[in-house]
Amino acid sequence: MVNTRTLIEAKDETMATLASRTPRGGLTRRVLASPVVDLLLGPHGVDRYLELIRPTLTVAEARAQITAVQRQTARSVTLTLAPNRAWAGFDAGQYVAIGVEIDGVRRTRTYSPAGSAHASGQLELTVTEHPGGAVSAHLLRAARPGAIVHLGDAQGTFVLPQPRPRRLVLISGGSGITPPMSMLRTLVDEGHDGQIAFLHYARTPGDWLYEPEVRALQRRHPALHVDYRATRTRDSGPRARLDAATLRGLLGDLDGATAAVCGPPGLLDAAPDAWQEAGGDPARLLTETFTPPRLLVGAGSATGTLRFLRSDRTAEISEGTLLEQAEAAGLSPQFGCRMGICHTCTCRKAAGAVRNLRTGAVSDEENEDIQLCISAPAGDVALDL
Amino acid sequence: MTTNATPPNLTAEQIEALGDELDEVRGRALVDLGERDAAYIRNVIKAQRALEITGRGLLFAGLLPPAWIGGTTALALSKILDNMEIGHNVMHGQYDWMKDPALDSKRFEWDTACPGDQWRHSHNYMHHTHTNVLGKDRDIGYGILRMSEDQPWRRRDLGNPLYATLLALLFQWGVAVHDLEVDRIEAGEISWADKRDILSAVWRKGRRQVLKDYVVFPLLAGPSAPFVLAGNLTANLSRNVWSFMIIFCGHFPEGTREFSEEEVENETRGGWYLRQMLGSANLTGGRLFHLLSGNLSHQIEHHLFPDIPAHRYAEIAVEVRAICERYGLPYNTGPLHRQFGSVVKKIVRLALPGRRQAGPEAGEPTASQEGAAPEPELAMAA
Repeated sequence: MVNTRTLIEAKDETMATLASRTPRGGLTRRVLASPVVDLLLGPHGVDRYLELIRPTLTVAEARAQITAVQRQTARSVTLTLAPNRAWAGFDAGQYVAIGVEIDGVRRTRTYSPAGSAHASGQLELTVTEHPGGAVSAHLLRAARPGAIVHLGDAQGTFVLPQPRPRRLVLISGGSGITPPMSMLRTLVDEGHDGQIAFLHYARTPGDWLYEPEVRALQRRHPALHVDYRATRTRDSGPRARLDAATLRGLLGDLDGATAAVCGPPGLLDAAPDAWQEAGGDPARLLTETFTPPRLLVGAGSATGTLRFLRSDRTAEISEGTLLEQAEAAGLSPQFGCRMGICHTCTCRKAAGAVRNLRTGAVSDEENEDIQLCISAPAGDVALDL
Repeated sequence: MTTNATPPNLTAEQIEALGDELDEVRGRALVDLGERDAAYIRNVIKAQRALEITGRGLLFAGLLPPAWIGGTTALALSKILDNMEIGHNVMHGQYDWMKDPALDSKRFEWDTACPGDQWRHSHNYMHHTHTNVLGKDRDIGYGILRMSEDQPWRRRDLGNPLYATLLALLFQWGVAVHDLEVDRIEAGEISWADKRDILSAVWRKGRRQVLKDYVVFPLLAGPSAPFVLAGNLTANLSRNVWSFMIIFCGHFPEGTREFSEEEVENETRGGWYLRQMLGSANLTGGRLFHLLSGNLSHQIEHHLFPDIPAHRYAEIAVEVRAICERYGLPYNTGPLHRQFGSVVKKIVRLALPGRRQAGPEAGEPTASQEGAAPEPELAMAA
């Protein structure tokens, strides 16, 4: 699934989830990562040489090579990746920034791996076409074995609790199937022997992802109940909705059960009420969705909120460039020419859409560097300032 | 106003129209950036890293003269490519659009003593914003040399040729301490304490450079240590002299103009463009020459569009030249020997007091200035 959460949420999570994880490393890699080698190959560093031998040889930069490309449905592509040793892995349910180069530009989007967290040396992504999504369109069209992708650290708190729930309902809609899929596969690998219900919604049976795989897992997990539903076929009717009756039909009573729900906003909106009405404990309902950034692309100036993450301040959008507005908010960002030539004010934009005042181009990419002195907000913007 | 230039007679409207035309040239180049530019810079980087490894490797066998010569040459070329076509251009943000952290202008470091952060300030901001403005552009003489008639002569300027020679030989260190503004410390405007952070950054970066080239690599070579040391020294020296020559040909050849602070008050973007064109000079040469100069041989195009990938300047130059012709502006270009010759002459001439009177001196070679007709002075500010 596509996840466009902001850096603010991600920051704290990173601390919590990554502290316990370090990349694998042998003696050769420890030597390559040593200060002496860094000095001799400075100022560029060892990765800038190793990548010329093979792009995935990098010691510090996490990258992966695509090893297999499969088509489950017309609107999706499933990629199997071999991450290099710099990558520290993930917990089932988390998401990972995936960077691909399209016409010379590295585009980054976050996707949740669908494979088991215990499948070492392998990472599986199912990417669903997403209207206007450059990365998904590129991967659907052009992903082929041998290609390289860049990996970020796994992030996100939508993970299975420890100890593992004995009774679990995994609910997903559309491309949101990937985190529950990863959870299911991870639990099966762990020898989970409680009750699991796997409920998936997609428009038509032709859009069902992972159905054969999930049914095949029933052989390895005796108490796995599988329910795939179509929401846009003629006979969908009440089966298209997530309600209390549906939930009760999965595990019987929900006493002590945990649910993990991932999908579009509609599904997420319905989940809390249905869960409570069916007798579920609200504290045991885990949810994840994606929220598209609010875009206000018009001739006039935008409205919304500027968030300055490092200084923990906010301001209402007003007139002027982002540099001027940051200064008006009492910040003192670095700047130079104030005319877009010297790149001194270049700043990381965590989220939101900005307009380049010299070119008129609007960009809503997450975690991209922008020139504050020639950028104006086109909606809510979060800056690393 | 310096006297060795022929300012064009343009109205404020013409200057704005000129700016719009140049903005369009920039816009066309920007939308076209893509795979071709990414592949280009990565190929240059690959070549540079290959030269680096080859150079270091051969120097280990530096006992043998062909290996020493080959190794030193490869290492010098590696450092030149690293500093000029890669470092200088990447740090200008020419490849920021690629969103590749390894080519990020803010984070890039180059193989020279000058810390990237200081370069970004003294060069990208100070020099490129205030190009050729006396009293603001510290690249005019680097605070050491007298490079303009409008700089008052002092007795120490007699040493101009000597200082220039030393600066050329030690150019990486000259660039490294550029932001210290030693001349202002000397004049009592600022104190050493104001520059403590800069000094410590130069120390941190410079120490690593020295350790690498003059201690650790020679030690690793065992019996070849003196040859490695000599090779590394020669490579650094060659890079220093080469980059000094190219950079001094950017703004100091005969025919380039300087500006006063009053002239650039309330300057518009069109006025800024015009100043870049009048204050910069190009070098003619083949493709390899352009590459080794970091395409600073297209200094005019570079100053107009400092964040457009430099390998595109050659094609952009065709449009810029046509614009210059239409507006009757000089386009100062010439081969290295002629442009550098006129720079050397200027350095020597300005060692002595006195201001030259209007017009180029008789018998003095001038750079080719197509479309430029001698005109009376004109106020630059629109």
